[in-house]
Amino acid sequence: MIEEIKKQVRELLTSGTIKGFLGLREIDGHIAPYLFCDAEDMDSMNLGDYKKPGDARYPLNRILIHLLSHYPDEILGVLVRGCDQRGLNGLYSLNQLDPEKVIPVGIPCPPELAEACECSRPYPENRAVDGQAEGYSNQTLARIAGLDIGKRFEYWMNEFARCIKCYGCRDICPMCICRECSLECGDLVGKGDIPPENPIFHLIRAVHMADRCVDCGLCAEACPADIPLRTLYKKVADIVKKEFDFQAGYQPDAKSPLNVLDQ
Amino acid sequence: MDYKTVLTTCTYCGCGCNMYLEVMDGRITGTIPCKTSPINEGKLCIKGWNVHEFVQSPKRLTRPMLRKNGDLTEVTWDEALDFTASRIKSIKEKHGNDSIAFLTSAKVTNEENFLLQKFARAAVGTNNIDHCARL
Ligand code: SF4
Ligand code: SF4
Ligand code: SF4
Repeated sequence: MIEEIKKQVRELLTSGTIKGFLGLREIDGHIAPYLFCDAEDMDSMNLGDYKKPGDARYPLNRILIHLLSHYPDEILGVLVRGCDQRGLNGLYSLNQLDPEKVIPVGIPCPPELAEACECSRPYPENRAVDGQAEGYSNQTLARIAGLDIGKRFEYWMNEFARCIKCYGCRDICPMCICRECSLECGDLVGKGDIPPENPIFHLIRAVHMADRCVDCGLCAEACPADIPLRTLYKKVADIVKKEFDFQAGYQPDAKSPLNVLDQ
Repeated sequence: MDYKTVLTTCTYCGCGCNMYLEVMDGRITGTIPCKTSPINEGKLCIKGWNVHEFVQSPKRLTRPMLRKNGDLTEVTWDEALDFTASRIKSIKEKHGNDSIAFLTSAKVTNEENFLLQKFARAAVGTNNIDHCARL
């Protein structure tokens, strides 16, 4: 699969269709985000697979926003999995990226990764290569929803209590784009309090992600306290899906219902 | 178009978490935890996440400072070292070895910490040595 992708990216670079390709490369035994500007460099490209498929994924869309705001006239390619493509769709509708400036190169995820992510769509709409895993339903969420309300509350309070307030969940998130973050608003989150007030800190972020989270799981992977953040955001996204029939990034042109003022 | 990520080690404590510093047009713009590091496996604490902010901060001290007539004044390394050495000597003579204490840092290397404790014990003759993590 990777050779075919390298070939396609080389073509995009040599034809001048894109100025650079934001992907990952292996260097000195590590996998790092990398901006390929030279087709020759493509040999070292990696898809984010270190010990297991997809275990070295990085928030490429977050870097892409940064790059394109710095070089607004350029067109860049970017490596995308299903969640990244959902992220691009969401970021287009939030006016954070211009679709004219982005050429996604899509790859499907293997079943092992799709299962670990409990991902309902482990592939982007357009793919550079064939092969796709089935979507998985969310067993973890179903299991927690099955607990009685007291146990469920206790479960979440215990999980949240470990938070060290590193802000890693926000800092890694490709969909956290606000200039002023509510998690830094002194009226909502006390400055200097560690652990942060439970459960307010976590619920503020959960509410803010309800119509934005594309379920990439990078927050949970960055959490030093192993708090099941992904499950929490799957839950809030599920509420928005049920109430408003909206899922962030799944329908390319859809606008969030939470941004609409209506009766 | 100049963007790169540079693998480095956090300077804030002795854990040694690995991170990428994002560099755009020669300026450090962000920090990304390294997922393939066996130390921190893609995680950081709040200090590590903000390493990029201090590196280029204009508030950083770049030269030794000495308080002269109440004001901190930039001086040469020679002047700073002469002053410190002569004060340590005179305090040691007047008040004894244990009137002096050394505070070293979790941000420096093992070897540098070794040197400072050696200096405290062998040159000054005190066991009063501690480090910033217990401040
Ligand atoms: S969330 Fe889905 S698309 Fe993203 S890495 Fe996991 S399986 Fe792949
Ligand atoms: S899974 Fe986490 S990191 Fe990914 S979009 Fe949702 S909140 Fe952000
Ligand atoms: S990443 Fe985990 S520990 Fe850090 S602020 Fe978020 S929930 Fe808390």
